[in-house]
Amino acid sequence: MSLRVEDLTVYYQTLRGDVRALESASFAMADGEIMGLAGESGCGKTTLSTSLILLVPPMKQMGGRVLLDDDELPISDVEAMNAYRFKEVSVIPQYAMNAMNPTRKIGRMASELLKSRGVDPKKALPELERRLDLVELNRKVLKMYPIELSGGMKQRMVMVLSTLMNPSLLLADEITSALDVSTQKAVARMLVEFRDREIVKSVIVITHDMSILYQIADTILIMYAGQLAEKASTKTIIHAPRHPYTKLLISSLPKVGAHHDESRLVGIPGKPPLLLDPPEGCRFRERCPEAHEACVKVPPFIEIELGHQVACWKVGGPHA
Amino acid sequence: MTPTTKNAKKKRNEFVYFALRNTKLKVGAVVVITFLIVAMLGTLFTEFEPREYVGPMSEAPSSEYWFGTTFFGQDVFTQFVVGLRATFMVGAIGGGLATLIGMLIGFVAGYRGGAVDESLNVVTNIVLVVPSFAILIIIAAYLEVRGLMMESIFIGLTAWPWTARAIRAQTLSLKSREFVDMARISGMKPMRIIFTEIAPNMMSYLVMAFILQFGGSILIAATLDFIGLGPTTGISLGLMMQNAVNWGALQLGLWWWFIPPGAAIAAIVGALYIMNVGLDEVFNPKLREM
Amino acid sequence: MRRYFGRKLLIYLVTFFLAVTIDWMIPRFMPGNPVQNMLARASVRPEAAEAMYGYYTKAFGLDVPVWKQYLNFWVALFHGDLGTSVYLFPQPVSKVLRESIPYDIFLLLPAILLSWWAGNKFGAFAARTKRLDNTLLPIGYILTATPYMWLGILLAWAFGVVFDIFPIAGAYSFSMQPHWSWAFVWDVLKHWFLPFASLFLVGFGGWAIGMRNMIIYELEADYSHYMEALGAPRKLVRKYAFRNAILPQVTGLALQLGVIVAGALVTEVVFSYPGIGYLLLAAIQNQDYFLIQGCFLFIITGVLLANFLIDIVYVIVDPRIRRGMVGE
Repeated sequence: MSLRVEDLTVYYQTLRGDVRALESASFAMADGEIMGLAGESGCGKTTLSTSLILLVPPMKQMGGRVLLDDDELPISDVEAMNAYRFKEVSVIPQYAMNAMNPTRKIGRMASELLKSRGVDPKKALPELERRLDLVELNRKVLKMYPIELSGGMKQRMVMVLSTLMNPSLLLADEITSALDVSTQKAVARMLVEFRDREIVKSVIVITHDMSILYQIADTILIMYAGQLAEKASTKTIIHAPRHPYTKLLISSLPKVGAHHDESRLVGIPGKPPLLLDPPEGCRFRERCPEAHEACVKVPPFIEIELGHQVACWKVGGPHA
Repeated sequence: MTPTTKNAKKKRNEFVYFALRNTKLKVGAVVVITFLIVAMLGTLFTEFEPREYVGPMSEAPSSEYWFGTTFFGQDVFTQFVVGLRATFMVGAIGGGLATLIGMLIGFVAGYRGGAVDESLNVVTNIVLVVPSFAILIIIAAYLEVRGLMMESIFIGLTAWPWTARAIRAQTLSLKSREFVDMARISGMKPMRIIFTEIAPNMMSYLVMAFILQFGGSILIAATLDFIGLGPTTGISLGLMMQNAVNWGALQLGLWWWFIPPGAAIAAIVGALYIMNVGLDEVFNPKLREM
Repeated sequence: MRRYFGRKLLIYLVTFFLAVTIDWMIPRFMPGNPVQNMLARASVRPEAAEAMYGYYTKAFGLDVPVWKQYLNFWVALFHGDLGTSVYLFPQPVSKVLRESIPYDIFLLLPAILLSWWAGNKFGAFAARTKRLDNTLLPIGYILTATPYMWLGILLAWAFGVVFDIFPIAGAYSFSMQPHWSWAFVWDVLKHWFLPFASLFLVGFGGWAIGMRNMIIYELEADYSHYMEALGAPRKLVRKYAFRNAILPQVTGLALQLGVIVAGALVTEVVFSYPGIGYLLLAAIQNQDYFLIQGCFLFIITGVLLANFLIDIVYVIVDPRIRRGMVGE
């Protein structure tokens, strides 16, 4: 197992109280797995990925632990975590378009970054150039400023930068949302290529664009309102989902390959609960067509068949 | 209620909540309000006229002359209170006018774009690089009679450019938002869009711009008054400092004559600036300390 | 980049043109006869007054059509002819100005550059260091809110009168003649220090606050978070943030120039320091229109030139403009 998350609970501490953005999340990822992480905005998917690399206030870890290659990550310790960042866990952030310092040449930024992590930039240069070839970027970009690159180029450049130290886990947050369709495809393809060449061991792809997941993800994890709903192979999620929320989510897509509106699901009446003071039990129950009295308790996230986990009282259990 | 106004209301409550918890904002406001009260009610505690020769010359503060007397035997406290009024007047009128002009030009330039924007930009940049103080000097120097109102208006007329710039940039970013598009599609007139859709959404910005202009106008007026180009009648804090320097208050050690006016200006303007930082933290969640 | 400089240059030229026009227009369009107004207050003997009246009527060129007056004004300007001072009659204004300029440069250049440099360094250092930040903020705001002349008055009173360490009037002692000797240089520096210190302190507060606020924004910027996520040390993250935060401070310097110059004027008045400010006050008090006009033109030209210099510096420090990617 590459990544194992056990009972991870992360809240945002605000003056008005805790925002319970991630509640006892437990899942695992295999070596070489590309896992899609999907759900409506505000469902906690970015909280989950951010807490794996940069858990800083107002975020606070309330419980649980994270193991990467059997090594526990000190995710709450900003300083100690530095040893793992970039080398073991890395990120292509949601804001990749603005991730590079606007007033430094990209090559210079890369070498200063490497040097600060104890790598001799000169020795790393040949590999850096090979990676640029891999993502089809001209080597001249190292002599350019970020503003001189197009959106797709920046996205690919950040991809190369983030993976320079061959991390075990790569978090790719909304890497395609700012791009046009053909660039999206290319970037997604390159991500798979990075995995295939074992530059990165496993990847979490956070997105609300199911079509991208269908194209590249091995498995998909669906989240709702800070709770995990369902995890299974991509095929199973798309064709045979079991959680009522996943079913509605998939059926609300006109067909696979189309975007869905992130802010609200047309097919599901109501809206997600506020996480400042969420209802007890299954947080989907107020919108769930199949809700019944058992749902006031939190359903466990259990494996109903090999590699297929669901958190729903209707699905789990012996008479499912 | 439309969703936007409902949202705005919720947001406003949140701002009030954070505003009441912001120390910078509270401290700044208390200082400014204290001086404002002194300016408004201070004359009740003195039976003198600011320029009246009322008592012994160069006397230190006492129970009778709270802030002492000047070289000529004028009551410093009376001058101070009346001068404070002038200070608040200049701040309100000069700062208000500068904010108003800046708003108008910023909104129109940002919303209209194109040639209108280009030309307003040139005008703004010109007024921005001219040391407005030099212009004020040359105008004031040739006017035989000058009033407080005129001074305030002149300050307002030269101080608006950076506000216009900032508001233009804000307008540009708001212009492309959905709710503005909706208003445009529904056939609303540009001026109405600006004042019903854009302005309310940058209220925080406008308030902060006004506060900065208020403080800036006070400083400019004090400087003008100090070189003798302020109002030709009445008294002001800048004029008090000029008199003190001209009549040797430093050499004679009449500290009560020159310390209160400058200290009041520094305290008021400083408090305004600190309020502004507080407001920035209230309106900008990223800056709030947790 | 050519477009950038072209635009800037155009603005400066138009500004200069307008400033000269205002300079020409105001005495002519104010109520009353400018020459009479001026001479009425100049304390000269009646027969001299008559000669001066004739001279100034001619100098103002009031006897020719308006458009020609305006043209003549420009022609004279290009010949470096700014008229003759009333209060220092018969010295030409250009000569009077030339004598004052070195003092202004000597006072302003170090005050502006040092306060900018030190304020930025200190502001960046204090930001996000809780204790320093809590003390810096109030002090910085009070300093930048202090009227220049008041700080000057306070310093003059404290160090010149109460402690009696520094002289508080003039650029050097009355008993000395300018010459090269250590004693004289020391005397000049002693006279220079307090006016410099008051200009420096007000500026320092403003720049420190500005930098502190800017760098907090930059530390919250996406590129800073990215570097943190990649485990970059705090020092490197701050170094990058500083580099970007300094850019608006360069622009800020250009915008503040007018205010700083105004501050220098009143500071010179407080310390009787013989720069343009002191001269201007004398000109105002003596209704010396030509001298006022000259000072005005000098200030405008100086500020425009400084602005242009800052524009050049900005291009050097901001690669985005150098690469022609953004207009302004």
